[in-house]
Amino acid sequence: MKYRENAAVRFVCFVLLPLLILIYSAINRGHYYSDLICLFGIHLILATSLNLVNGFSGMFSMGHAAFMAVGAYTSALLTISETQKARISGLPEWFQKFTLPFPLALLCAGLVAALLALLIGFPVLRLKSHYLSVATLGLIVIVRAFLDNEDQFTNGARGITGLPSYSTIFSVFLTGLILLYIMYRLIRCSSYGRGLIAMRDDDVAAQTLGVRIVTKKISIFCLSAFAAGIGGALWGHLQTVISGQFFYFTDSFEIVEMSIIGGMYSLSGGIVGALVMTFLPEILAPLETGIMIGGFQLPELYGASNLIMAVFLILLIIFRRQGILGDSEIIVESIFSKSTYTGIFKAETYRKLVDITKAKLTGKKKEKTAK
Amino acid sequence: MQNREPYTQKIIGNRYTKTKASFEKSLCLFLYQLGKKGKSLKTCLNISGLGMQFKGVKAVQNVSMNLEEGKLYALIGTNGAGKTTIINMISGVLKPTAGTICFQETDITGMRPDRIAKMGVTRTYQNLRLFKKMTVLDNVLMGAQMHSTCGAWESVFQTSRFRENEKSMREHARKMLDIMGIAAFEKELAGSLPYGNQRKLEIARILASNPKLLLLDEPAAGMNPQESHELVDIIRGIQKEFGLTILLIEHDMKVVMNLCEYIYCMAAGEVIAEGGPEAIRNNPRVIEAYLGKRASHVTN
Repeated sequence: MKYRENAAVRFVCFVLLPLLILIYSAINRGHYYSDLICLFGIHLILATSLNLVNGFSGMFSMGHAAFMAVGAYTSALLTISETQKARISGLPEWFQKFTLPFPLALLCAGLVAALLALLIGFPVLRLKSHYLSVATLGLIVIVRAFLDNEDQFTNGARGITGLPSYSTIFSVFLTGLILLYIMYRLIRCSSYGRGLIAMRDDDVAAQTLGVRIVTKKISIFCLSAFAAGIGGALWGHLQTVISGQFFYFTDSFEIVEMSIIGGMYSLSGGIVGALVMTFLPEILAPLETGIMIGGFQLPELYGASNLIMAVFLILLIIFRRQGILGDSEIIVESIFSKSTYTGIFKAETYRKLVDITKAKLTGKKKEKTAK
Repeated sequence: MQNREPYTQKIIGNRYTKTKASFEKSLCLFLYQLGKKGKSLKTCLNISGLGMQFKGVKAVQNVSMNLEEGKLYALIGTNGAGKTTIINMISGVLKPTAGTICFQETDITGMRPDRIAKMGVTRTYQNLRLFKKMTVLDNVLMGAQMHSTCGAWESVFQTSRFRENEKSMREHARKMLDIMGIAAFEKELAGSLPYGNQRKLEIARILASNPKLLLLDEPAAGMNPQESHELVDIIRGIQKEFGLTILLIEHDMKVVMNLCEYIYCMAAGEVIAEGGPEAIRNNPRVIEAYLGKRASHVTN
């Protein structure tokens, strides 16, 4: 049976499921689980965008929190109400009454983050491997110092409060889907992505095949920062309170962890990593307060969930270094297509191979007889 | 036009009947012009006074070469003579410290490697630099996409131009694989191919980029006699079909003497002899460089 052509399956996947999520989000706004799903959506954007840099272009950046912070602050300053803005001393007067609608603010957040990436990209991307990682960690410190000390624009260490809570399941997943679609098309279906992966595998060979390394590195770094800025803005609108301390090393490491757990070399890896890192700690949370399992009362294990997560990460690094998904992608259509299950060796290739060996054998015989 | 090789006929025949894509048309014109150019001998690559110095070590000194279009050249020499360094300099991986390199009357000395590649100077590597985590077809597509003008954003919006371009590139890449005889392995990972096929894949990859000058760095290294015999046939076939200029480095003298019309011999960073195969074979300086002074006396 051809699942791929089955209209019903497609209808469920692409129309019914999104519709259900939309209705659910409309009913339960501000609910605990709805917020958790929102957080998953934001993590998904962040992890996949980090994969663009870490997995697909062979650099190892850890400065994602800095781009998040820039995105979050930009969007916050563009959307908060006049009374909130009055508390921040140094804003120019025309800016006091200036607010943008949410989608435009998101776009601006992404663009400003991308601009920052462009600025630091030229000096930083000359570095390789762990030097690059350390330099990007430095970026986080710089951004944090800026946010904490430039009182007149950022309200200092007190942070900005009262962000409108625009992040709903609908808005988060819509932006997530759009970003994912763009990334997927760019990476997996275009000559741009092919050049990128080639650059990761062997930069010298890629260069002599016409790939310009510098532009490619900087453009992908900017794209990644763009998505990270949008992710940060969504995060800000989910929490409604932001300050410099929310965007520091731990947050950055958390995103790196997601991308490593899921698999750096695929976009779906970022999704799986975000799924694991968002929901597993929540599932393990009851352990810390003590629960009943089969009539047996467990004692209160404070810090147990962190410990289990750490052990999980160590085991993963030892036994499956490429992450859960490695470098394979989950494509909705291919899940239902029959060809996924027919094994590695397809009938066509096999037949071709047989033909080649046959031709070679007969050719040899002819030579022998001729001699 | 009548004496065209079968492959070219196949390619050109299909092109005119089937496709409208600009990529294919330009390739077609290119092939046609190459066929014309092959007959009139022009200078393809001109190197003069080339030198490369790694701090205290003079790897290459005062090398001059003149490659005419549509001919097969060989660069031989003892280990460490600077052959690969010369290819690295031509392809832009290294910047020469002295001298100039001219490709079709444009100065390409010290240009970026990707710009040199886009002008039609392509190379293979001594220790195979394939993209091992990509499939065989994707490797060849890397070569084919070099001249494509489709921007990255066209792929996001799936424009019809992008689709046509991608389709014609795929067809072109498959033809190149077919020419090298490894079309059956199209979907496998490049790293999983046997060694001889990896060498062929590397040649297919650069062929797909419509080159004018091929620089082959030890294409027969690590091949058994039968495989290298096949390779000689293939290289000769390609050269005739596309009217390419080829400069190849090789240690296997059978391959060199069979294939090449003109040979440059290097030792310790300098060209010590040049000429046809027979002249090189009997040159006392070449024999001295390879076998030592006494041997050259004995043969004389």
